[in-house]
Amino acid sequence: MRGAKSAKWVAIAAVVALGATACGGGGDDKGSSKAAIDPNGVFSVESGEPQNPLQPANTMESYGSIVIKSLFSQLVSYDSAGKIVMVNAQSVDSKDNKTFTVKLKPGWKFHDGTAVTADSYVKAWNWAAAPANKQTNSFWFSDIQGYDDVAPAKGKPKATSLSGLKVVDDSTFTITLSKPMPYFVYKLGYEVFSPLPESFYKDPKAAGQHPIGNGPYKFVSWQHKKQIQVAKFDGYKGPDAAKNGGVIFKNYATPETAYEDLKSGNVDVLTQIAPKDLPVYKQDLGDRAIDQPISAIQTIAPAFYTKQWKNINPKVLQGLSMAIDRATITKTVLNGTREPATGWVAKGVLGFQPNAAGDVTTYNAAKAKQLIKEGGGVPGNSITIQYNADGGHKDWVDAVCNSITNATGVKCAGDSKADFQADLNARDAHQVKSLYRSGWVLDFPMNANFIRDLYGSKSDGNQSGFSNAKVDADIAAADSASSLEDSEQKYQAIEKELVNYMPSIPLWYYKVNAGYSEKVSGVKFDQAGDPVLTGVQVAKK
Amino acid sequence: MGRYVARRLLQMIPVFIGTTLLIFLMVYALPGDPVRGLFGDKGGSPQVIAQLRHQYGLDQPILVQYWHYMKNMILHGDFGTQIASGRPVTDVLGDAFPVTLRLAGLSFLIEMVFGIALGIVAGLRAGRVTDNAILLFTLLLISVPVFVLGYILKVIFAFDLNWLPPNVNDPTNYNEMLMPAIVLATASLAYVTRLTRTSIAENLRADYIRTAIAKGLPKRRVVGVHLMRNSLIPVVTYLGTDIGALMGGAVVTEGLFNIQGIGGTIYQSIVRREGTTLVGLVTILVLVYLLANLLVDLLYAVLDPRIRYA
Repeated sequence: MRGAKSAKWVAIAAVVALGATACGGGGDDKGSSKAAIDPNGVFSVESGEPQNPLQPANTMESYGSIVIKSLFSQLVSYDSAGKIVMVNAQSVDSKDNKTFTVKLKPGWKFHDGTAVTADSYVKAWNWAAAPANKQTNSFWFSDIQGYDDVAPAKGKPKATSLSGLKVVDDSTFTITLSKPMPYFVYKLGYEVFSPLPESFYKDPKAAGQHPIGNGPYKFVSWQHKKQIQVAKFDGYKGPDAAKNGGVIFKNYATPETAYEDLKSGNVDVLTQIAPKDLPVYKQDLGDRAIDQPISAIQTIAPAFYTKQWKNINPKVLQGLSMAIDRATITKTVLNGTREPATGWVAKGVLGFQPNAAGDVTTYNAAKAKQLIKEGGGVPGNSITIQYNADGGHKDWVDAVCNSITNATGVKCAGDSKADFQADLNARDAHQVKSLYRSGWVLDFPMNANFIRDLYGSKSDGNQSGFSNAKVDADIAAADSASSLEDSEQKYQAIEKELVNYMPSIPLWYYKVNAGYSEKVSGVKFDQAGDPVLTGVQVAKK
Repeated sequence: MGRYVARRLLQMIPVFIGTTLLIFLMVYALPGDPVRGLFGDKGGSPQVIAQLRHQYGLDQPILVQYWHYMKNMILHGDFGTQIASGRPVTDVLGDAFPVTLRLAGLSFLIEMVFGIALGIVAGLRAGRVTDNAILLFTLLLISVPVFVLGYILKVIFAFDLNWLPPNVNDPTNYNEMLMPAIVLATASLAYVTRLTRTSIAENLRADYIRTAIAKGLPKRRVVGVHLMRNSLIPVVTYLGTDIGALMGGAVVTEGLFNIQGIGGTIYQSIVRREGTTLVGLVTILVLVYLLANLLVDLLYAVLDPRIRYA
């Protein structure tokens, strides 16, 4: 009996072994026969599993927002130079920069066939602003009048809708802000300000799994951890109608595997290149490689709440800044994936001015030493730079440290936190010991976003504790400027002033390093570093 | 036998509670807050953060959280909800487990079949050229790190020869799964070979084998029945514990071949501080370990008639 059992075991093993080798034998190229070009060609983009449900006001990370962007259109958008383009809005007018009148274009429909009306916007924004609905991006509505009643810092909400939003008729509504903001129109281009169809409110949770929008693509399917598919929406009325038949967002665990798949034709558009492949990707892809600056900046910020930096003379920080050899580090350590920064505002946004920081961002060891000496030296003569170890920052932090030590003799070391969460934790709790790595990607393409939201003493993005009465007053003045141009110029003036306070040390601008397959053409990236999906054309075989 | 199994199953209860509690506490001890993490660099509105923390019970003491979690899990089979996506953890598990089961199953078969086969060949020819060649081969497999092996196989079989696809796009396609399964199996395969070889070589000199040969039994029966059954006990022990390792420890291999399985999900849950997902995943792995070990112990009795469970 037992003998028989053993014999069976062996038999099973043999069958399996045969099966395994049979698998290995054949079947490799399944023929990439998806060629016949047409405006209906479908292509794939390297992406990942969205962290959040696909609700427009609930998505912050890039995997979710690239899908949301394809499914939803907002009132306005902006071009590559940072100029406003009307999308769903016919016009957005204001006389005092406080009350904006929005007129919608006629004939727009959601993917389920219902009309996009003024109510679609107002109701959606009210829903997203209410804390009970737990939308991660709800604070974007805080500029609108009545937000404090809907979401008071303490206690129960006093109102369920924002008093600053009023529907005039089916295609018109007004937005009243709590205080004037000349560049508010820019914010309207963010996904948070999307309209929602009536069906959304019946079951917001289900809508997050199967979103219905008003954008150039309509939702097809979401296979969790595998892919999301969207198809061209034929009834789309906007200026950016899709030139292809649809997009598949494919889930990749690492950029390395995505790059291999690009080479073997399994994915068409990459949004990033792994460090390992950076030295070769231009050679591999030729003119299908993409290398362009985007509107994001990396800085190192002193923790102004520490003893070391509390009452520091800005000259010391200027000196440290001049001790960093940005040109060499970006070229060597960072493989040309960054571009040395010359100011605090990134490229590609309205109001960008080259060389805003003067010579403070150019490497000059002698002057660096002298400035630090004039400023009274670095307290303790040693600094650390906090960074998160899971973001690939170690190499450049070490390089920056070496550069500072070599040029000035100030001791410098990296202070590594296990991951981004731990890093954030230390920053939020004001436990940074000396300096920390900081980065900012644009929310809207205007210089105000890089100055007000980072260096205003009460801004959400200000985690360094930088606070300067003069800067705050200037920001308030720029915010109440009479026109967008005026505001832009005032912010430009503030940026020129920042060098005297050194709220952070600008390092470099980010670039997008990406590529695409031979199957597609017309692949462009916007200033946030995302591919412009609607412009991609799928080639004929 | 029945009483033995019942006793073993009862013993699992404290082990199960202990491990889940330990993991729960460890996740809690990590710095970083899953809700705050949702908002990244920019910070979020404190009202929404407070609401979310309340919804997921993160504002309660850790032991209360654990109690609620265990209660829901045992009574309702409810593993909680993922904080970021709002999806039930059971759905997340349902996505990841079949993928990993396929990968682990395939590599388990590979390591078992080839590992034991190589071990027998080496053991029967102990000290000769074949044995030394197999020793060299297995040492090589043990010493080469998984990711190096993965890249080498990819370069050879996917890019140069074009036999296999480099990455997994569809986890139900065994053709795509073959290469990752081989990579995952290699190190264990080598251990299985070494174990089998040693015990075969040892038992070959045992009295009962000499008796069997003297009795005039055909060689196939001597090796296949008498020798194998006694030699496989350490191998089966190893294979049993390896099931768990193959399932939970495939983080590197999964990342290398773009497989969206348990390993990657565990890694992501740690990074995002998704305690509920993590505990759910690990709970199931703990169960797999416990059951595999029980199975191994029962297999002893089948393999070696001298072992009896009262």
